[in-house]
Amino acid sequence: MTETANQAGTGAAATALSVNGSHMSVDGVAPHTTTLQWLRSNGITGPKEGCAEGECGACAVMVSRPDGERGTRWTSINSCLVPAAALAGQEIYTAEGLASSDALHPVQQEMATRGGSQCGYCTPGFISSMAAEYYREDRSGCSCGTGGCGSSPTTSDIVSPAHAEPSGNALPWPLVVDDAAERLETWLPPRTEGDSAAKIQPATRYEETSTHEPEIGPNGFDLHALSGNLCRCTGYRPIRDAAFALADVDPADPIAQRRERPAPVSSPLRIESPGGTFVRPANLEEALGLLTGTPQAVLLAGSTDWGVELTIKHRRAPLTIAIDQLAELRQFHVTDDHLEIGAALTLSEVERLLDGSVPLLAHLFPLFASRLIRNAATIGGNLGTGSPIGDIAPALLALDAELVLSSPRGDRTISLDDYFTGYRTSVRAEDELIRAVRIPTPLAPLSRFYKVAKRKYDDISSVAVAIAATVTDGGIEHIRIGVGGAAATTLRAKNTEAALLNKPWTAGTFEAAASIMLAEGTPMSDHRASAAYRSATLAQSIRRFYAEATS
Amino acid sequence: MNPFSSRPLAEIPDNGALGVVVPHEAAWEHVTGQALYTDDLPYRSANVLYAWPLQVFAAHARIDSLDATTARTMPGVIRVLSAEDVPGINDYGDIGDETLFPDVIQYHGQPVAWVLAESLEEARLASDAIEVSYTELPSIITIQDAIEAEAFQGPRAILQRGDADTALANAPHRISGGIDIQGQEHFYLETQASFAMIDESGQVFIQSSTQAPSHTQEVAARVLGISSSQVTVQCLRMGGGFGGKETNANAFASVAALGAVLTGRPVSVRLNRTQDLTMTGKRGGFHATWEAGLDDEGHILAYKAVLTADGGFSVDLSPAVVSRALCHVDNAYYLPNVQVTGQIARTNKTSHTAFRGFGAPAGMIVTEDLLGQASTKLGIDEEEIRRRNFYAPGQSTPYGQEVSQAKRMDDIWDTLKKTSDYENRLAQVAEFNAEHQHVKRGLAITPVKFGVSFNKPVLNQAGALVLIYRDGSVLINHGGTEMGQGLHTKMLQVAATTLGVPLRRVRLAPTRTDKVPNTSATSASTGSDLNGGAVKNACEMILDRLAPVAAGMLGVHSNDVRITGDIVSGLGVEKTVSWTELIETAYLQRVSLSAAGYFRTDGIHFNLSTFKGNPFKYFSRGAAVAEVEVDGYTGAYTTRQVDLLHDVGSSLSPLIDLGQIEGAFVQGAGWLTQEDLRWDTSDGPDRGKLLTQAASTYKLPSFSELPQVFNVDLYVHPTDDGSVYGSKAVGEPPLMLAIAVREALRVTAAAFGEPGVQVELPSPATPEAVYWALEKARRPATAPAPVAE
Repeated sequence: MTETANQAGTGAAATALSVNGSHMSVDGVAPHTTTLQWLRSNGITGPKEGCAEGECGACAVMVSRPDGERGTRWTSINSCLVPAAALAGQEIYTAEGLASSDALHPVQQEMATRGGSQCGYCTPGFISSMAAEYYREDRSGCSCGTGGCGSSPTTSDIVSPAHAEPSGNALPWPLVVDDAAERLETWLPPRTEGDSAAKIQPATRYEETSTHEPEIGPNGFDLHALSGNLCRCTGYRPIRDAAFALADVDPADPIAQRRERPAPVSSPLRIESPGGTFVRPANLEEALGLLTGTPQAVLLAGSTDWGVELTIKHRRAPLTIAIDQLAELRQFHVTDDHLEIGAALTLSEVERLLDGSVPLLAHLFPLFASRLIRNAATIGGNLGTGSPIGDIAPALLALDAELVLSSPRGDRTISLDDYFTGYRTSVRAEDELIRAVRIPTPLAPLSRFYKVAKRKYDDISSVAVAIAATVTDGGIEHIRIGVGGAAATTLRAKNTEAALLNKPWTAGTFEAAASIMLAEGTPMSDHRASAAYRSATLAQSIRRFYAEATS
Repeated sequence: MNPFSSRPLAEIPDNGALGVVVPHEAAWEHVTGQALYTDDLPYRSANVLYAWPLQVFAAHARIDSLDATTARTMPGVIRVLSAEDVPGINDYGDIGDETLFPDVIQYHGQPVAWVLAESLEEARLASDAIEVSYTELPSIITIQDAIEAEAFQGPRAILQRGDADTALANAPHRISGGIDIQGQEHFYLETQASFAMIDESGQVFIQSSTQAPSHTQEVAARVLGISSSQVTVQCLRMGGGFGGKETNANAFASVAALGAVLTGRPVSVRLNRTQDLTMTGKRGGFHATWEAGLDDEGHILAYKAVLTADGGFSVDLSPAVVSRALCHVDNAYYLPNVQVTGQIARTNKTSHTAFRGFGAPAGMIVTEDLLGQASTKLGIDEEEIRRRNFYAPGQSTPYGQEVSQAKRMDDIWDTLKKTSDYENRLAQVAEFNAEHQHVKRGLAITPVKFGVSFNKPVLNQAGALVLIYRDGSVLINHGGTEMGQGLHTKMLQVAATTLGVPLRRVRLAPTRTDKVPNTSATSASTGSDLNGGAVKNACEMILDRLAPVAAGMLGVHSNDVRITGDIVSGLGVEKTVSWTELIETAYLQRVSLSAAGYFRTDGIHFNLSTFKGNPFKYFSRGAAVAEVEVDGYTGAYTTRQVDLLHDVGSSLSPLIDLGQIEGAFVQGAGWLTQEDLRWDTSDGPDRGKLLTQAASTYKLPSFSELPQVFNVDLYVHPTDDGSVYGSKAVGEPPLMLAIAVREALRVTAAAFGEPGVQVELPSPATPEAVYWALEKARRPATAPAPVAE
């Protein structure tokens, strides 16, 4: 498939994809048809629509994505956001495809026996996200120390210690009624003879450990993998226990083995339909040509923003240009004086590539939407949509980042501080796209990211504040404060910066700066927060920065 | 004497499938994606039409004209449904205040017409092309405005005992307050869905995600102008209900049915999330004012309150919600002199309806708020003042029901204090707070006493159908619906236990109105009690017939026949026969192997005009200890630890009960902390619009809200009376355990100030609300007032 289709075509090869190991095709599928709609209309109804905007994860499916140069990483994404056409050439697994003919997948087994499903509607999505984390190759032990601390806040006795846990590898389902089939009894815990008082009493009792990170299991399972999956029934405890009970991956598991081979590469293609045209260009030049020819065209990378436009606002575009796999947009370079991050790298990829080397972004990533979103959303897309809240921009403003814009006229580099011009508008010309983000180095040594929201994870900021500073004995030598949620664009708190620059590192300096921060931007009152609260927490972020950095 | 059916309801047999840890009966289907929900069915059917509503975005308006001429000609459009298409009654309520195709818009986003087309996309585009003109009318959005305008609906209820005014006047301490308790969106993950088709003889078959199939059937029949016998409603399962599909489903099932009747084709009506949020009723908010008189020891002597429920635009279930609120202001506390008025505000919002707890949470919060304030004012420890007010044996509720098993509350309370290490942790929290300026912790303990049975006695009845086939396999049907709460699992366990066969012999078929008629909604936590009683009854009817057959085979008296573990034996004889042999023999002897079971809850009555009676079969109890940590910079908080102990009687299915307790708690905590329904109350163009109409703006609890340590224990003490095999209802009561989180946040906010500082906390206690509360506590003079919404 990769060798033959080097040019755009509508041939069967280019539009083919694999779903649960079976070949299917997106030939003729409209560019506004989401993967979820397409799967369901083809009878694969395991993935569900809970919100159609990437907030609940009921639609999550597992896709094969590149993992470095040679391997494949199973990655869970929201199928409600991504047009089906964008997955041509790819491999997808849904909950239906994970169980073998005679056994549940380990993830399914743990979820089922521990009470991880109640109404079951969110369950297939959880299975996808949990399976992707199960297959993560660097999942091992918790990060408390070498080899993990060996403890976890797991339920110690879901069933009383007298009885075995209802797990094991035997498939207990479906419930059967004929005498020959005894399978159900194989998992029913043994009963105490005739003593009703000794019946099993489940309870959740947690072993308290002071050192353990509560979000990482003893098996290395990172619960943040599930932060984009909502469950309204269980309260999550049994789901956490299921995740933390997963064993190592069986090396003979074919889905695990698939990781060792390169991820599939989607061929360039063009799909025409009455609902519009979908094009996957072969290279940046072709993409820019298409963009120049059709100004109403939509650039598609992770589709986490465009997907919402499609499903909630019902926007349609005559031409959709998929740029998510363009090599020119997926570069990552470290030079003497800057880092360059390709615009089409997903936030999860950037997170892995940086590996904590930009602490401000490392603070930010866990707070940015959910893993499901970060698995699809790109750094360029986040800036390109120009959200006044988008948490990346405040952080990049604090880092003095620049953008590399490409057009048929060539590249130009501009400061992010000069990029936004108003609500969702920027200096980017109609025929330009963001090719890369540059972060100058060395980084300011002191940095923090503060996010205020109703929910700790996976929420949109009421305000976000990113601060980067260089402090010497002489005082504050360099200070940058990026702010989101306080105006029609993200902005730099320049008056507050001025109040801090070249000032001594004292509580008095920061108290004075906090009162200036209180008046930064033009915050408004809405359903997320009142203007007064936004201003108050802006000011508090300055006090907090001082208190945290001092202690 | 009948060999099997004359045994007491609560008697617990040994060796049953009862009380064993079994996962949800459909867990295998859930985890493999094979479980089917209503909206999965159209993809398995041919020739389906898809429906899209035309919503009118005005809070209150008169429709002047509706022109679908263009829409009808658009590609794929088959039919536009509007008022003139209704052959029966154009209303989906029970008292005529809920018009299906209205000419007056009562809330922002109410649908006036539905387009049926070959695809959803075509239906949506055609809906956009319908021309509608309307005249806006004055609207009422908030409860406060409704109270001012005296815009009430439904009955006003007064709960009264003793002389509250005199007791208040004579009380050593008087305190008063008020609280606005916001509503809650159900946010079942599966939105409202119905799929209707016509069978070969013109009868209507509706697959609906409904908690009340019989009610859905009645409403659809009324809309169609046909008899109930011509309409069958089936509910495979729901992707969550929580009360949101008790009445909400009826309108959409009726539209699907009407579409199917008019076009002859299967019609799918499924709301997307935006439509669901903007068109369906929620837990209504409450506005409460209260006054109380207490003695020096903190005993409540007098209690006066006015509770106003936001009913939205129609009466719906609000009278019952208010009844339950009034019957739960006492929570676990003895209130000697009481006067509580309950009323329903009429506002231009979606019609607020049932939601897990059904008014009881609001009633309880008012009293917990009162006790919290009293604790500070009287200088009595928060735990102690609650404990002192608990019911003593022999005391009765304000509505006149004696509080049975009153000592359970004390036992649960004392046990939980021990297991949660309450006293030590209280000291640790104080120590932590003394050492930290910008972050504080707080600990709270609260009780729950919840009355089980529908407040409306007539609803306390249920039916079941049990069929035994020649091979010994058993198929059961009952009137309850499965929404994730594990009712079907429990019913399988009841049937297997009653019949004395292994669980694997019993299969359960989806809920259908042509199997079991006239069923009550699966709500009020009564699903297992009522349907379990009916399933047990049906099984026993068959066993009574099988006993003589077995007696003949074994040579014993039929009263001496025993069946356990698939083995049929007789007292005093060695010989046994197998279950399958017995069934085959019974068949050959022409003994009926099926039965329709029935159950009614005996001994309950309630007079709505005097507000007195014995409405509840029993009380379910529990207690919670919650510890939170609050960040003084933002008001953001973390739930560090939660310990729950909850009364489950004997527990039919412990893993299911555990899941219900944990899930209800987290849902309750979500309601009280972060779930924040906001409507546009301005006079602008969007007046009445629900501002939080998406998952991106209405935030459910996610993993980050799971308490870091979450210890849950079942209080397993079989109840002596009233429910099947001594079990207790568990669906709703644990939701109110979450009040402990709210109380913990209140005491933590107070910890930012001087000792004794009084803190008022709105509900939900969002980070912003907590921030303003703690700001006021630490800077009483300078803190800006919270911005009123």
